[in-house]
Amino acid sequence: MSELLKVNDLHVSVEDGEILHGINLSVNPGETHVIMGPNGAGKSTLGYSIMGNNHYQVNSGKIFFKGEDITELSATDRAKSGIFLTFQNPIEIPGISLSNFIKNAYDTKNGSRSKLWDFRKLLEKYMEKLNMDKSYANRDLNVGFSGGEKKKAEILQMLMLKPDLAILDETDSGLDVDAVRTVSDGVKAFHENGDGALVIITHSTRILESLDVDYTHILVNGKIVATGDASLVDEINANGFEKYLED
Amino acid sequence: MEKKEKTYVEDVDRSLYDFRNVDEDVYKVEEGLTPEIVKQISKEKNDPEWMTEFRLKSLEIYNNKPMSNWGPPIDGLDIDNIVTYVKPKNNKMSADWNEVPEDIKSTFEKLGIPQAERESLAGVGAQYDSELVYHNVREEVAAQGVIYTDLESAMHGEYADMIKEHFMKLITPDDHKFAALHGAVWSGGSFVYVPPGVSVEIPLQSYFRLNAPGAGQFEHTLIIVDEGADLHFIEGCSAPKYNVANLHAGAVELFVGKNAKLRYSTIENWSKNMYNLNTKRAVVEEGGTMEWVSGSFGSHTSYLYPMTILKGDDSKVEFTGITFAGEGQDLDTGLKVVHVGERTLSTVNTKSISKSGGISTFRSAVVIGPKAKGAKSAVDCSSLMLDDISRSDTIPVMEVNCDDADVGHEAKIGRISDEAIFYLMSRGISEEDARAMIVSGFADNVSKELPLEYAVEMNNLIRIEMVGSIG
Repeated sequence: MSELLKVNDLHVSVEDGEILHGINLSVNPGETHVIMGPNGAGKSTLGYSIMGNNHYQVNSGKIFFKGEDITELSATDRAKSGIFLTFQNPIEIPGISLSNFIKNAYDTKNGSRSKLWDFRKLLEKYMEKLNMDKSYANRDLNVGFSGGEKKKAEILQMLMLKPDLAILDETDSGLDVDAVRTVSDGVKAFHENGDGALVIITHSTRILESLDVDYTHILVNGKIVATGDASLVDEINANGFEKYLED
Repeated sequence: MEKKEKTYVEDVDRSLYDFRNVDEDVYKVEEGLTPEIVKQISKEKNDPEWMTEFRLKSLEIYNNKPMSNWGPPIDGLDIDNIVTYVKPKNNKMSADWNEVPEDIKSTFEKLGIPQAERESLAGVGAQYDSELVYHNVREEVAAQGVIYTDLESAMHGEYADMIKEHFMKLITPDDHKFAALHGAVWSGGSFVYVPPGVSVEIPLQSYFRLNAPGAGQFEHTLIIVDEGADLHFIEGCSAPKYNVANLHAGAVELFVGKNAKLRYSTIENWSKNMYNLNTKRAVVEEGGTMEWVSGSFGSHTSYLYPMTILKGDDSKVEFTGITFAGEGQDLDTGLKVVHVGERTLSTVNTKSISKSGGISTFRSAVVIGPKAKGAKSAVDCSSLMLDDISRSDTIPVMEVNCDDADVGHEAKIGRISDEAIFYLMSRGISEEDARAMIVSGFADNVSKELPLEYAVEMNNLIRIEMVGSIG
């Protein structure tokens, strides 16, 4: 089976210096990968780099998606080819409703204008699944949303856009237990509805409880220092990162 | 030229405003400003005697007033090079588009005016250079006693006294140099009178088109909304671009009676060689409401600060405005409110956008008079700069002379964040669309206030301005 995502010896820096020092990662369709690591290890940087945020400079290495070199592509083109990133702090955009925004992205992705009625029904189905009040559809994108509603709105976009690869950046942080369960159910629904792959960047394990994890990677100081199966999550949960920080 | 309808299409571009007509056979005065020229204009316009005197007195004031020195530079404007009066050929104002000369009629057709008139307006006035070429009001509106005509003929008719009583009483030639200039050479504009208790259900619109290069347009709009009456008036303006400076120094005087309501919407889209030095003022009686909706997109330099005097107790004003300054534009816009009566209320919400080196300055003055007990004022202005070379300034002034008043001012100046652009791009939206989305979103609560076809136009303008702005 050909790889969906392949990251080859990726070095990435921002103004302050290099953050990622040679990352290698392979993700196949339908797989669920978890990336764990202490604060400042470069987890979010990895997510941004795969999505194509040009604030993050690729010094060397390549990113391949569906066999194609996407290292130089814009975020727009990466999104169109099937990559999606949920943001840790989703941006508030006044004047555009959540519904219009998703419809715009949805129609762009599908290359055709969807019927408003059909679109709305689909949107409301997923909103219900995420316990989101329907009124949020008409509110300005993320403006005045609580932390939990913002995260749900990200998952809603993921469910609607059905990417081939979804990167979830700290989607569970700052959420209460119920919200984490709802989000987790949403992620599960995404995963079960197709062969979309997941890369879940997280601090905690609560979001993983209802998911089958295929691989766990430990990212420390800009390098993946260990890769294992789901049991590695439990180990980190019990012992923390201390063991990996020593070298 | 390809035929396009301006008003109701999604795809608007600058060429819709930029077409020019050859100005042959027109009557115009010499460039510059002398008593002879003013007398000549007055004669040409068949002024009553008091008006001729008024013009000459205004010219004297003009000559004695210094240029202002506090706003954007106006060095590029030399009155000695401006033609103050240009009469379109075969000019005769008509209430039938078929009687309007072909090229002028086709100008207004391209601008979508006759179509808008048929579909959504109660009356239309169309001015071409210095004179009205068309004025008409729907029969049923006229039957309510509503007067909507040009000021010149009104001066000789039934409403002559009313005009003499109100003309340049709110804005006087002494106010500033360009008010004096206006007093001397004004021509065209509209007169509206809405009798007590009459509610005009759909808007009236005047459209001002300046075609002649190096000319000035000095139209005068006088609106009187009598006790308990209600009116929405729309003003539109545009001009083709020339390499020489054009000048617009109109005046708008609005009288809002007791418990009356007036909404005055403007979309100004002058070409970028225009100096827009326009003066607008409203006085509101007890319980009356004044609403301003103001969109400033065009001109090289603008000085525009509509003023409202809340004279009567419980009178109020709402001001909603947007200014978009692009390359080479210096737009100094804002407003002034004077609270005179008790429990008067002013609410201001403005947005300004600057890009490609454009300068946009918001200037406001709120004055609370000593007797304005219980007055409230809330001013909210936000600016968005789209790049590092553009400028945005906010200059609010508050003068509170009464202890029992509540005055608030909030200003936000920001830039489009790269993070927001990246966020939208990560959903498959192009960088250009992402920027346009953020800008239209920023302007959204203002564009909602505009008449529908103008809201569409504004969004298109924003889109046109945005295209090609990505380095």
